[in-house]
Amino acid sequence: MSPVLEIRDLSVDYGNLRAVHNVSLTLNAGEVLGLAGESGSGKSTLAYAATRLLQVPGKVPSGQVLFKGQDLLSLTDKQLQVLRWNEIAIVFQGAMNALNPVISVGTQIDDVLRTHRPQMKRPQRSARGRELLSLVGIPTDRLSSYPHQLSGGMRQRVMIAMALALEPEIVIMDEPTTALDVVVQRQILGQMMRLRETLGFSVVFITHDISLLVEFSDRIAIMYGGRVVEEAPASEIYRAAKHPYSQGLLGSFPALRGPRRELKGIPGSPPDLRSMPPGCPFHPRCPTAMDVCGERMPSLESVEESRRVACWLEDVRV
Amino acid sequence: MTFLLRRALFYLVTLWAAITANFLLPRLLPGDPVQAMITKLGGRLNSDAMASLYVLFGLDENKSIWEQYVDYWASLVRGDLGLSFTFFPTPVADVLSQSMPWTLGLVGVTTVIAFLLGTLLGVYAGWKRGSWMDNLIPITTFLSSIPYFWLGLIAISLFSVTWPLFPASGGYAPGLVPEFSGEFIGSVLEHAVLPGITIVVSSVAGWILGMRNMMVTVTAEDYVLVARAKGLTQKRIMFAYAARNAVLPSISGFALSLGFIVGGALLVEMVFSYPGLGYVLFQGIGAKDYPLMQGVFLVITLAVLVANLLADIGYLLLDPRTRREG
Repeated sequence: MSPVLEIRDLSVDYGNLRAVHNVSLTLNAGEVLGLAGESGSGKSTLAYAATRLLQVPGKVPSGQVLFKGQDLLSLTDKQLQVLRWNEIAIVFQGAMNALNPVISVGTQIDDVLRTHRPQMKRPQRSARGRELLSLVGIPTDRLSSYPHQLSGGMRQRVMIAMALALEPEIVIMDEPTTALDVVVQRQILGQMMRLRETLGFSVVFITHDISLLVEFSDRIAIMYGGRVVEEAPASEIYRAAKHPYSQGLLGSFPALRGPRRELKGIPGSPPDLRSMPPGCPFHPRCPTAMDVCGERMPSLESVEESRRVACWLEDVRV
Repeated sequence: MTFLLRRALFYLVTLWAAITANFLLPRLLPGDPVQAMITKLGGRLNSDAMASLYVLFGLDENKSIWEQYVDYWASLVRGDLGLSFTFFPTPVADVLSQSMPWTLGLVGVTTVIAFLLGTLLGVYAGWKRGSWMDNLIPITTFLSSIPYFWLGLIAISLFSVTWPLFPASGGYAPGLVPEFSGEFIGSVLEHAVLPGITIVVSSVAGWILGMRNMMVTVTAEDYVLVARAKGLTQKRIMFAYAARNAVLPSISGFALSLGFIVGGALLVEMVFSYPGLGYVLFQGIGAKDYPLMQGVFLVITLAVLVANLLADIGYLLLDPRTRREG
């Protein structure tokens, strides 16, 4: 498998606060990479930094984001604009506010085509718009609808249709189904995965709902306090998560397949960026914390083939 | 369509109420306009003339208030608003139709200019938040906080007294006859420069500030982030995604300010002795000219109603969420 997107040592600062610490992640061609973590774990910040969509005062002090060998962070604005949506499209939480309320969805899809495919004529563009809507199972006459006339699920499908307009290499899904009910969630994600098989794009799937990731992604990276604390194939995480935080996350969602288990939350709340605990940021909430955890930060080490964990429990030196 | 019909009905009812209030108000006021007229003419009227004046102004006491109300409507429908005292014996309708174009031309055009200019500056200031444009706001706000008559007087003393660049008063040079000629139009424009610029200077700040703040709010919306991720051009994002949403509150403010053109013209036209409705109203108030005041109030009421209707229609066109289906 060849990598399409390589994030290398990426850090993100908001003013003096570091929200993401030296994260390295690789997205391989045709793969679904899950990114999980609680609110404030830095997962969305990481995605926005990698696509240069950070809002001020967000800054990227160090790191590289390689797309087909090109560093996205050093592209000129013009180069970046051409690459956006052509190669990397993003499915935002469309059920909320990701669609412009005063423009019809057809025009919002058309905007993409008009900007990136100037050679396309108007009838071609509207044909493409209808094609995209039917791809995600929306009646084509909805092209002239406004976002407020669509249900949350339909808006999310419109977002997906829009993301696929230029057949991108990578689709980043940022909490794509969070505001939807469970039934619609699975319909939409199922559909997305079928489209991925036919169209062959790679997916970065960001959510706090790890049970969805276990079902829909190939590999999962779990973030805590702006760091990746564990990265492994989805089945491995589900079968035997190694980091206590991963175990906690898995324990807080009901598994949709497989035997019933008792639900446990994670005690405490996510760390405040302004006062990160010393050592491993998870140690105040960790059921298996040792003395060393409060003193030194464990580094992300390979523990097996294709499996990395940042925990002193896995470190043979301790 | 039913929505428009419902609105139209609402406006008709409001119009009826406004006209009725306009009928009642002068009759509730203490004092007597005919007495004021008599005083003005220095008591050189005999009792017959006084009686005919009462009849002329529709104030003959023999009629019940109900009869007067019916008469009032009948004459209103004929376009007869009575005779003005100030410009006696010119009918009020003639006075209004002569002064209206001046007010609409000066205050109307400058209100539109101030709105367009202020909104456009606001769009840029909000989009490039923290740039040099932000320094513009305290300056324009300062200018708009100067009382208008003071600003007008300073403008006159600087630009028509110290440096006599523009005429200080009037709508056109005395001695010219209003006609469609280059000389007359040139003179009109020359006379409009000072009052026009002072109106724009004193009102542009509100539009800039309102639009800038809405732009800042809207720029943080998800759909603007989506538009950036889509790789659209800056221009397209700024106008179609950010400004298109941010302008909505300004539109209703603009429509309302259109309604206040007539009323708001008072100070401008007083300071510059401009021959518009405001100046006419000013003269009418001074002379207790009730028919004229009633006429001007009627025009103001109509203007506000029409402006509200425009705001409704504008919103309908710009914000699909206000279009109700079915």
